[in-house]
Order: sequence, then structure tokens, then C-alpha cells
Amino acid sequence: MKARWQFHWLFLVIVAVVPLAELVLPQGWRIAALLRPIFIMAMLGLGLNILTGFTGILNLGVAAFMAVGAYSYAILTCDIYPFQLGFWSATGLTILVGLTVGLLLGLPTIRLRGDYLAIVTLGFGEIVQDVLKNIDTITKGTQGINPLPAPTFFGYAFRSEVYWPWYYLFLGCLALVVLLNRNLRRSRLGRAWISIREDELAAACMGVNTMQRKLVAFALGAAQCSLAGALWASFLGSTGEPGNYDFQVSIMALCIVIVGGMGNVAGVLLGALVVAGFNSIVLEDLTSFLKAHELISSSNVLTVPGNWKYMLFGLALILMMRFKPEGLLPSRQLKAELHPHEPRNPPSL
Amino acid sequence: MSAWEVFVQQLIIGLSNGMIIALIALGYTMVYGIIELINFAHGDLFTLGCFCALTLVGALGLEHAASVIGLLAVVPLFCGGLNWLVERLAYRHLRDATKLAPLVSAIGVSFVFMNIALLWGGVPMEVFGMGKAAAAPKDFPVLVSNDNLLGESPVQFTAKDAMVAGVTLPLMIALTWFVKRTRTGKAMRAVAQDRVAAQLMGVNVDRVIGQTFLVGGALAGVASVVFAVYNNSIYFQMGYRAGMDAFTAAVLGGIGNLPGAVLGGLCIGLARAMSDQYLATRWTNVMVFAILILVLVFRPSGLLGGKLREKV
Repeated sequence: MKARWQFHWLFLVIVAVVPLAELVLPQGWRIAALLRPIFIMAMLGLGLNILTGFTGILNLGVAAFMAVGAYSYAILTCDIYPFQLGFWSATGLTILVGLTVGLLLGLPTIRLRGDYLAIVTLGFGEIVQDVLKNIDTITKGTQGINPLPAPTFFGYAFRSEVYWPWYYLFLGCLALVVLLNRNLRRSRLGRAWISIREDELAAACMGVNTMQRKLVAFALGAAQCSLAGALWASFLGSTGEPGNYDFQVSIMALCIVIVGGMGNVAGVLLGALVVAGFNSIVLEDLTSFLKAHELISSSNVLTVPGNWKYMLFGLALILMMRFKPEGLLPSRQLKAELHPHEPRNPPSL
Repeated sequence: MSAWEVFVQQLIIGLSNGMIIALIALGYTMVYGIIELINFAHGDLFTLGCFCALTLVGALGLEHAASVIGLLAVVPLFCGGLNWLVERLAYRHLRDATKLAPLVSAIGVSFVFMNIALLWGGVPMEVFGMGKAAAAPKDFPVLVSNDNLLGESPVQFTAKDAMVAGVTLPLMIALTWFVKRTRTGKAMRAVAQDRVAAQLMGVNVDRVIGQTFLVGGALAGVASVVFAVYNNSIYFQMGYRAGMDAFTAAVLGGIGNLPGAVLGGLCIGLARAMSDQYLATRWTNVMVFAILILVLVFRPSGLLGGKLREKV
């Protein structure tokens, strides 16, 4: 057991030294640059994990929380608006905005049954996109809000071409989020969440205020997702168009949580590495490899790897649900719950 | 056109689209009624039906209006069979799993279907627009004419509108008869009410659930033929939107309730048409989702859900 819960620290330490390794590796290795989106997706996955993994609420609209984060960060920092805050205060406020939006969405909907709630969150995700697109006097429509000022750290200004400050900024935030989630999981609140996931009625009978605890899960999950959005917008220097925060992003977050292991912080990190890594590294490298060897022809859609992306995400969800619903790196409780007939210690032959 | 004529015109458009939405919603509501699964892949099944229809049109060189009847015979078989197969391979094994497992699996199936439609769009055929990008919207040839049946009147009631009504209304009556009067329909209602009790009475539950998926998928197949002939344009991601409209319709009418799904479909179709005309097209989707959320929050049993107890 000890070896298992240490995975996330191992992960963080290894990725912390990756940029150093690149100093000695030959030119052209760009692991650190490629890991940045994975950190963001891991943060998004951890936000969803509070809801889906810990509390058992399926949320199909986490991309909307990310959009809320990105846009509120942009409105707080961009020089066309009156606020013009710095990176740190804007990020702090963005987390509060995310918290509030999570609460506001949760308040009327939290009493709904699981699958209805999932559809409501999906609808919320779509509404947020369309609203951001339509109120273009504030959000600049499909152009997105830009340019955003770069963060500064004790007088040092971040620049887009120097990757390592961003890398450690994201890594530091991810480490904080991991620490928070791990401690939440072991707190009174975390145990309440797990008990709601296992059996809501039993939890209520034991004195857990289920509605309130679920609301807190909603707020905290939304806050983490909006932090991911704010960091990503600050890195891009733009919110991008509202369509960037669509259903597919929410599903990728869901894939991360399910493939990695619901309810397990280390599992979500592994899931982010596998799913987002596959999306941003393997697919791209495969494409450039195939292009270099002239194996891609523009007239044949089957040869373009990007055209198989959704198929692979979809198959991952189907196969995981069918054969390994607890994920690659499950929490012990969930594994025991999902495989009730297997003996804990298989008898030796 | 006078304001009154504009209104009547939107009414016709809304009802025609509403009937198509109702056909898709029936598939949602039947499946939900029997195993309480939001079959997320249903909209994308509808997309695949459209691509199947376009392939048939291209391969056989169909041009005549009567060929719609041929399409209506083949495409529902394809969609129904596919839906049955997916239930057999994916959802059946999750029947005793946690409640959200089949939903997540259905989302996976939806993505697989959408990707198949994307790849299908790259098939080197004349109708798929050779050389155009696979993801581009495809033109569906005009099989039923756009001629106004009302002669010189500014209000357009075309042969297409008549076709939509002529296909969907008899089908809905047939479906009602099937569920109310046939042995299979009775078994479906029994399984929907109480699966264990139905099993004890000798109903083959797995087979009945498979049949429900078959019928629901076939309805999506009919919807895809009618939609493609009516709107003359198909797109690999359209199933998501169509599916959400139909799901909203099913919830609005009271999920698990057949007349409710039809009523909900007509309401959503009308709401869309009126919003396009009197509000703004860009707010229409927001409005549909807002209806969905408001109904789920304030009246989860839908318009007819409270009165009619019986499901499927």
C-alpha cells in the first residue's frame, strides 16, 4: 500500500527534473514543452475527480468551468478592461469566481438524480460556450480575449519562448493541487464524499449532510478546473475561441479520470499522462513520422492519425467500463467494490 | 409576407422538424423506459443512418421520389441492427454495474460512431464530394421536390413537408399499436415496469431489451432518411445537436412515455422555429438547453410524466 500512494510524489519529482535532463540530451528533445498541456489536463482531471471520483457525481461539462476560469482571468488582466490586475491576484480571484460558479450551478441542480445531473452539466457546458460566443461586446466572440499580459514573479517577466518558468509554474500549481486533493481525500470532508459515492442513503443515515457535501464538491471541483483554465489562458496569452472549451475537452477529462482510476489522485495523474500524452505527443509524432515517410495521402482519410482520435477515446471509455471500470491505478475501495466476488487474497495453488 | 403568414410558415417548419425530433426522441424514451439508460449514442446512430442513406443514393444512383420508400426499408434495418449489436456487445455486460457505467459506455459509443461518420465522409464517392475534406458537410441530393403544394400562396407547404407527415404520423400510430397490442410490446412494458417480475413470468428479458434497442434504432433510421431528404445536408457531428434536441424533447414530454416524446418533439421543433424567427438563430441552442435544464430542475417527470404511469 505504501508503494502505491507514493506514486504521485514520484511522478512530481521525476517531471521536476525533466528540464535538467534535457540539458544533457541531444537537441530536439522537447519533453518539457510537451508536458505543459498534460499538467493542465491533469489539473482539470483532478477537478473532475473530486466530483466523479470522490463523490460519484458525473459531470459532463468541466470544460465550461475551464472556460469560466480562462475568461475571468482574461477580463481581470487584459488592458481593454478596467481591472488590469497582476497574474497572482487575478489567478486568486479566478479561483473564487470558479468556486462561485460551481456553487451557483450546484444549488438548483444538486438534488437531481445522477444521470439527469450529468445531462444538466452537459447543457451548462454548451450554454457557456454559446453565451461566450454571443455576448461579443464583452468576450470578443470567436476572436477570444487577447493579448493577455505575461505573469511576473518577483520582477521576472515570463516570456513565451523561454519554456522552463512556465513549466515550473504549472508544475508548482499541480503539486499544490495534488497536495490539496490528497489531504481533502483523507479529511472528514473526503470521507463524507466517499461515503456518498458508496451509498448516499446510508451516508445520510450516518449523519452526513449529503446535499451540503455535494455542493462543496461542486464548488471545489469547479475552482480547480477554473485554475486550469486561468493558467492555460495566461500561457497562451489569449482565451482562444469559446469553441476550444467544448464537449470534447470535458470528455477528455472524463477519459483521464476513468482510465487512470476514479477517486485516486495518483491514478488521475497517470491517466493524464496516458490520455493527454497520447493526444498531444503520440498522435502528433505519429503524424509527423508518417508524413516524413510519405505514408499519409491527403485523399485517404484513413491514413491521418488525427482522424482516429475520437474512435480511440470512445473505445477507451467502452473497454474500460467493460473490463476494468476501476481504472489502471484504482483506489482500493473502488476496486473492492467493483469486483465484489474476487477474494481479497487469492488462495495460492 | 405578412406577419401572420410568417408565423404560419414558421409553424409548418417547426412542426416538420418537430416530427423528426420526435422520431429520435421515441428511441431515447423507449430505451430509457426499459433500462433507465440515457442512450447517448442515439444521436450519432442517427448520423450514421444519414450517411448510410447517402451511400445508397450514390451507389444506386437514386433520383426518383419513390426511392425514399426503398431507403425507408433499408436504413432502419441498418440502424436497428447496429443499435442491437451495440447493446449486445457493450451495455448488456454492464446491467449489474454501477448506474453511471452504462452512461459512460454510451458516451464512448457516441464518440466511436461520430468518428466512423467522419471516416465515412472520406469515402471516394461522387455524392461525398470527391476531393472535399472528409469533415465537410455533405449535400444530400433532392429526392422530393421543393414545389409548393399551396400553389401561389406565399406560405410554403412543400411536398417535403407532406412527406415528413406522411412517414412519421402512420409510423407513430403503428408504434402505439405495437407497444399496446402485440405480445412483444406487452413484454416490453412488463420489463419496463419490473424486470425481475417479468423474468419470473417467463419473459426473456435480454431478448426483449435487445428488441427495444432494435425498434428504437430503426426509428432513428427512419428519422435519418426523413431528415436527409428534408434538409438536404448532412454532417458528421450533427448527431450531437440532434441527439440533445431529441433528449430534451423526451425529458420535456416525460421520459419513458411514448406520447410524451412526440409532444415534446413537436414543442422543441416549434420552439426552435419560433426562436430562429423572433429571437435570433444564435440563441436557439441556448434556449433549448435552458428548457432542458429548467424542466429537469423544476419538473423532472415532464409534461405527461405525472399523469401516465406506464412506461414504454
